[in-house]
Amino acid sequence: MKTTQLSGAHAFIHSIMHEGTDTIFGYPGGAIIPVFDALYDYFDKIHYVLGRHEQGSIHAAQGYARISGKVGVCIVTSGPAATNVITGIGDAMLDSTPLVVITGQVGTNLLGTDAFQEIDVVGITQPITKWSYQIRRPEEIAWAVARAFYIARSGRKGPVVLDFTKNAQTGLVKHYQPEKCTFIRSYVPVLKPNIQKIEEAAQLINQAKKPFALVGQGVALGNAEEELKDFLTKADIPAGWTLLGESVMPSDFPLNKGMLGMHGNIAPNLKTNECDVLIAIGMRFDDRVTGDLSTYAKQAKVIHFDIDAAEIGKNIPVEVPILGNVKTTLPLVTKLLNKNTHTEWIASFEEAEQKEKELVIDYEIHPKNGAIKMGETIAKISEATRHEAVVVTDVGQNQMMAARYSKFTQPKSFITSGGLGTMGFGVPAAIGAKIGAPDRTVVLFVGDGGFQMTMQELGTIMQEKIGVKIVILNNNYLGMVRQWQELFHAKRYSSTPMQNPDFVAIAKAYGIKSERVSERSKLDTAIDTMLANDEPYLLVVDVEESGLVYPMIPAGTCVTNIIVNGEKIKL
Amino acid sequence: MKDSTLEKRLYTVTVFSENTPGLLNQITIIFTRRQLNIETLSVSPSALKGIHKFTITVETTRDIIEKVVKQIDKRIDVLKAYYNVDEELVSQEIALYKLSTEKVMEMGSVESLIRRYNVRILEINSSCIVVEKTGLYEDTQNLFDELSQTIGVLQFIRSGRVAITKGKVERLSDMLASRAAMIEDEDIEN
Repeated sequence: MKTTQLSGAHAFIHSIMHEGTDTIFGYPGGAIIPVFDALYDYFDKIHYVLGRHEQGSIHAAQGYARISGKVGVCIVTSGPAATNVITGIGDAMLDSTPLVVITGQVGTNLLGTDAFQEIDVVGITQPITKWSYQIRRPEEIAWAVARAFYIARSGRKGPVVLDFTKNAQTGLVKHYQPEKCTFIRSYVPVLKPNIQKIEEAAQLINQAKKPFALVGQGVALGNAEEELKDFLTKADIPAGWTLLGESVMPSDFPLNKGMLGMHGNIAPNLKTNECDVLIAIGMRFDDRVTGDLSTYAKQAKVIHFDIDAAEIGKNIPVEVPILGNVKTTLPLVTKLLNKNTHTEWIASFEEAEQKEKELVIDYEIHPKNGAIKMGETIAKISEATRHEAVVVTDVGQNQMMAARYSKFTQPKSFITSGGLGTMGFGVPAAIGAKIGAPDRTVVLFVGDGGFQMTMQELGTIMQEKIGVKIVILNNNYLGMVRQWQELFHAKRYSSTPMQNPDFVAIAKAYGIKSERVSERSKLDTAIDTMLANDEPYLLVVDVEESGLVYPMIPAGTCVTNIIVNGEKIKL
Repeated sequence: MKDSTLEKRLYTVTVFSENTPGLLNQITIIFTRRQLNIETLSVSPSALKGIHKFTITVETTRDIIEKVVKQIDKRIDVLKAYYNVDEELVSQEIALYKLSTEKVMEMGSVESLIRRYNVRILEINSSCIVVEKTGLYEDTQNLFDELSQTIGVLQFIRSGRVAITKGKVERLSDMLASRAAMIEDEDIEN
């Protein structure tokens, strides 16, 4: 193979292109200038998106990775830029998002001297990455990049950091040749399926009278949506989903029984503590799903499908662990399942479903009077996009309402910050999602608080002409904190009321069309106007200030301790 | 019913890893997150070239140590991590004691001390004597206690534990050789 002499920076760009990168998010600065200089030669092949803050750039890379399934690439400089991407790296770690983050670093001669914009990036990022590595010599580039992409996208996906010293960028590689990494002897990304466990799982499920499945993001990450449907359908198993498991099953799939967890649907939470076999599929028993572990699904035998051995038994004792990619393991179990029906068990979900519809849903999406409601806005927009849009959320009430009241017809359509719960994630993640799925409508639901955390990215939307539809659910409060204060802190609204700017004027300053609605009668028209074309748009919806997300399982309590309108529901 | 997985005791964690910079930090942060105090730590090259071995002791419950070891094992540069209890191990620690020559001379005979504790003398000069004792923690500690109460110890240092399992040998080299066969081929694009 032909080898050539290149600068480290050129070798780096060449190496990431060799990994299939055609889109890069980032922000330049002193210690990464040589890479940006090299990038200048590749602007015809690489779509580079300049953010307005490094946190924005990395969340955009996350949104892009989540929607496209590709590795998100984010390039920033050293020091403050590196610390600004920490939130996104942590977010990607908790939500298993494949990222390669490149931070500039001072020259090796200055390392350890507290040089200008020097910070110990590898030290800071080791706890929140799959792998973090400092490139000190240009000769290491091809190896390090190949390894970084392999680690990010294999096994349980996640973020990798390459800390790129300046001398490695400017130095020459005498015989540059791109590398490919397919094996690391100390790393087992996915184990081969254990057939004995597969048989044990099938046997348990075949004997189950009341099986219940918990569907997580692992199914989406493994592209196993069809395999999941086959599995559930064959044995007639009802299923609930975690926040990141939303849109894995279409909303109208008959066995889809709704969202699990703190603000999930009543039926799947109650049934968790009634089922006889609990089948966790690519989910990790987060505390927002389980509540109090000592009372969680104690009656059930647990089967846990996961790609990550460290998740087995981490929170819940597991009867049958099935390690591997669910794309492979689910069909192996399905093959051994008896065709079955659980008509009575599935029908038993209806009472709780009906109760929730009466107590919560009708009231939230079809209010007769009063201020506009969050759920109502979301349900209308979902309807107006024929449930085909990509829904991105920020964090808080907007997120829970969007999760509850959006419907989906296609997989990989819901992007949210689950594990880390990062306010400010929404605007930039929506930018990345639209770039990753340019042909789809991308709608962001964001609160007035979260919007103001990363609203500088409107500049990115302006410059790149990114047709995202931003919907601010404006209640002039940090609503979720306000909700906890109302319910658990004697309505002492400490630090939650917000005086907000004129959001429409801000959008206008960026050349983004915008409208504000406060009246129910104008909401439908405003939504139609927003969705009329593929241009960026900001819709500010003034929603009721005291809106609460119900049902709610107070943190750390039993999954059957479900509160609606301030009272524990009884069934 | 008492849950034996929730009883605290001493565990020895063994980690084989690639010899890359920052590996120690990657391992210790996993203990730090759970506020586990590392009792002893010893790191050295293993029998296989390029592979390092960490021996870490920590007092905790089985429930916690199982999770900690899985999280260590998950780190990319870690080849294998496992844990053992004392009954499964042969282990040693080495301790050095610096004693005042004058005080030792005042004791009269050092013969009984050397015989009783099976210590070795490494250095004698006009001001101090350095003795070495290798054994279990209690052995080195008992000697320290006795010396402290009698003639005093000028300086004392004890190594981390080194340990080897008593059970059937699972050679790391064999495990590495079979590793490729354990891994499922992934169909991954970008």
